[in-house]
Amino acid sequence: MADRKIRQVKLSLTGNEAGAFALKQANPDVAAVFPITPQTELMHAFSAYVADGAVNTEMVYVESEHSAMSATVGAAAAGARAFTATSANGLALMWEIVYIAASLRLPIVMPVINRALSGPINIHCDHSDTMGARDAGWIQIFCENSQEVYDSLLCAFRIGENKKVLLPVMVTLDGFIISHTTEVVETIERDEDARAFIGPYEPWISLLDVDNPVTMGPLDLQDYYFEHKRQQVEAMTNAPAVIDEVFAAYGELTGRRYERVEKYRTDDAEVVLMSLGSTAGTAKEAVDVLRDEGLAVGHLKVRTFRPFPFDLVREALSGAKVVGVLDRSISFGAQYGPLCTEVMAAVHGKDVEIRNFIYGLGGRDIFVEQIAETGRSLYDLMRGKKDLPPQSYIGLRE
Amino acid sequence: MEKKPGWKDIPIGGLIPRAGNSHEYKTGGWRTWRPVHYPENCINCLVCFYSCPDSSILFEDGKIVGIDYDHCKGCGICARECLINKREMKKPEGERKLAIEMVLEEN
Ligand code: SF4
Ligand code: SF4
Repeated sequence: MADRKIRQVKLSLTGNEAGAFALKQANPDVAAVFPITPQTELMHAFSAYVADGAVNTEMVYVESEHSAMSATVGAAAAGARAFTATSANGLALMWEIVYIAASLRLPIVMPVINRALSGPINIHCDHSDTMGARDAGWIQIFCENSQEVYDSLLCAFRIGENKKVLLPVMVTLDGFIISHTTEVVETIERDEDARAFIGPYEPWISLLDVDNPVTMGPLDLQDYYFEHKRQQVEAMTNAPAVIDEVFAAYGELTGRRYERVEKYRTDDAEVVLMSLGSTAGTAKEAVDVLRDEGLAVGHLKVRTFRPFPFDLVREALSGAKVVGVLDRSISFGAQYGPLCTEVMAAVHGKDVEIRNFIYGLGGRDIFVEQIAETGRSLYDLMRGKKDLPPQSYIGLRE
Repeated sequence: MEKKPGWKDIPIGGLIPRAGNSHEYKTGGWRTWRPVHYPENCINCLVCFYSCPDSSILFEDGKIVGIDYDHCKGCGICARECLINKREMKKPEGERKLAIEMVLEEN
């Protein structure tokens, strides 16, 4: 700690509280929100900061998530640093405006507390909500625990607002598993230090700048729409370098260094497991179990699902013979789940066997032993002792 | 063919960074029905002028002087709201002396 310029303090916070605390330190200009389980506590906690005068944020209580995202877009278009938060069906209801936020290049930040999409109705964790939004043009950062929620939200503003990026950023945390679990979270002690890291907001555009009147979101037909989409591709292409830069600066400041992927015992691993979010913690435990059994197994966590870290995944899997990809959502009619599809693309042309496992839908628990058993069966596959279909299920009753 | 700028040369986000340029966008091309103004039947009450959603009724020195066909979308609101038309539409078809009439675009 002595070599660092700032002081930090450990707090016990749930994922939702850690998110609200980061947003309090960020002190955005506008928040528009509608409650939905399991996001409610995050905005509940943030509302308390507003009521206590701990932030200058203008809270807009709207009548639906469609309105929440619309108001956030409006605020961002007016030059405000703006955020909202949601889950599952709320994200689905904002859909139209989620795309518009990215297309208008408004660097909104949005924690999404992952929850299964209806129906049948379910309030527990899976990734079907944010996976549905993976092509909306948002940056997506998946968090493993409350600490990552806090850290990622502080980084999110700086990433999205970078002039080479100018994209909205989704920070996802697993509903209940992270959002409602209390953990120790190391935080920047003084709000000013956190705010200084994010920096003052300099909007690239503002509808309130009456000296420079502009039109936002006009009709954009055959002659220019395609070019505007190409610009969004460019922003996504620029994002990895900016993310690396922001993560490095954050690491300097706090000692917590992140990368777009996290390698765990992958260096000499013959079998590599992959996952997103809270399951990564469980999977790392399973890796330790398997290592104790003498099996060379590792885990690769993907932190930024968008832009997908193709280069880093390809590099991290260069020594692997078999890869088992855990997906907490289904892409119906596709051969693989969303994460596995990306991994297939990343390792295209390489001599590696990939197997996909769907697990944990609707909040179904996943245990260390289940992942360890998956690792063992992948090892058997490698040794030619067993065959596994391209996609199978963990924790599903036949 | 007109050479348009590429993706690196246009503002991001579909932004139009200049004010008052909607005039340059010729919405007249969207028209199916074309309003035709007959000055000889018109009393210049200006109801059509105030009703037109596209400011396409041209007005000078207290008189309706024509229609801006570059921007008129052919919605027909002018013809429907026209005070003279309201009276004339009650007459049998051959006897009407309309002040604005909607006719099908030829092409
Ligand atoms: S048809 Fe519609 S747009 Fe055209 S002049 Fe009449 S009211 Fe205006
Ligand atoms: S509403 Fe009819 S009568 Fe009145 S100004 Fe227009 S065309 Fe003439």
